[in-house]
Amino acid sequence: MSYMKKSPWILHYDGSSCNGCDIEVLACLTPLYDIERFGIINTGNPKHADVLLITGSINEQNISVVKNLYEQMPDPKVVAAIGICATSGGIFRECYNVKGGVDKAIPVDIYIPGCAARPESIIDGVVQALAVLEKKAAAMDAVPAAEKVGA
Amino acid sequence: MQIKTALFGIAYILLAPILGGLLAGIDRIITARMQSRKGPPVFQPFYDVFKLFEKRNIVVNHTQNFYVACFFIFMIVTGVIFFAGGDLLLTIFALTVAGVFLALGAYAANSPYSHIGADRELLQMMAYEPMLLIVAMSIYMITKSFHIHDILAYHTPLIKYLPLVFVGYLFILTIKLRKSPFDLSTSHHGHQELVKGITTEFAGPALGLIEIAHWYENVLLLGIVYLFFAALNPAIAVVLTLAAYGLEILIDNSYSRLTWRFTVKSSWIVAGIFGVGNIIGLAVYSYFLLK
Repeated sequence: MSYMKKSPWILHYDGSSCNGCDIEVLACLTPLYDIERFGIINTGNPKHADVLLITGSINEQNISVVKNLYEQMPDPKVVAAIGICATSGGIFRECYNVKGGVDKAIPVDIYIPGCAARPESIIDGVVQALAVLEKKAAAMDAVPAAEKVGA
Repeated sequence: MQIKTALFGIAYILLAPILGGLLAGIDRIITARMQSRKGPPVFQPFYDVFKLFEKRNIVVNHTQNFYVACFFIFMIVTGVIFFAGGDLLLTIFALTVAGVFLALGAYAANSPYSHIGADRELLQMMAYEPMLLIVAMSIYMITKSFHIHDILAYHTPLIKYLPLVFVGYLFILTIKLRKSPFDLSTSHHGHQELVKGITTEFAGPALGLIEIAHWYENVLLLGIVYLFFAALNPAIAVVLTLAAYGLEILIDNSYSRLTWRFTVKSSWIVAGIFGVGNIIGLAVYSYFLLK
């Protein structure tokens, strides 16, 4: 049995969000929603994280940061794009400096649209992301153990 | 005697992680309730560690793994010395060695966050070490032995003679349990400081091992608290020990993090006033009693 689902640790990165979605992400941690009930912790360290939550669109400035964070997370890992900007670029899509949604930089598993995405939909999205995480963990188990160890 | 000693040692190796993990789970629930949240299930720390062992181990420098393994082994050795009735002074020295290995592991990775975390870990060790030694010395002054089974066999509860030393120990216990206001090098409950301080560069299984070692450490530290109440009824002594842990949780939730300067200064001042004060008082008391 995998314990991936029971203890998903989150890394939250603010791409170029207006802070609307960020506040909703943090609202999930407050007593009203209390996502620690599900063992979810906001780690702030990519090396400890299982789920990468990204708000805001990807631009020329932050694309390298997002890629770097993603690469520093140990497998298995999932990415959730939160809010319409992270999903597709939203109203900033046509801006000269905006590349688009998070999927322009790294593979995204779950899209959570909304402006701003509500805490309920964020929690729902993360729960769906956990199912993907479970699948990835199972796929990783199929890999020979020798490949798992090492950098 | 020897069989009993070995049994206690083995019992510690097997039961301490279970006890420590449960303690961490209860800690998280109480903390959540203090913040009017519901909190995670009581077995959450175990889920966390099991998950960490399912993750891939990302290693910057391969010696990291060696240092973490040494930290883990020395932490167990420390606890076995203590719970098998060995030398209290040796326990404290072995605990220091374990701590140094964790700091070395953090230094091995070329990351500024990890380095500052390790620096702070060493500063914390500098802060709590005097008080820890005073605990051992003052217990020796009364029981005339560093051996745990002699200390446990002493007829009067040590808290009667060493109330101030006990207060001083509770003060540094906050540092050792990695709780606010002294959670400088790394922290629990998803608090962040310098990314994650000393554990920043440890991922997956390595972090899981550090977590289990921390459970071993917590049980050992509460074992030292138990020494102060050892002559009482065992049930009452255990309740008082757990009450001390409860007090630490309350402190954790009512203070914000302080600077490292304050940590070092205050813990030395506390060691000076409470620890040395108690020892001087004891010396004066026994001098007049003997006359």
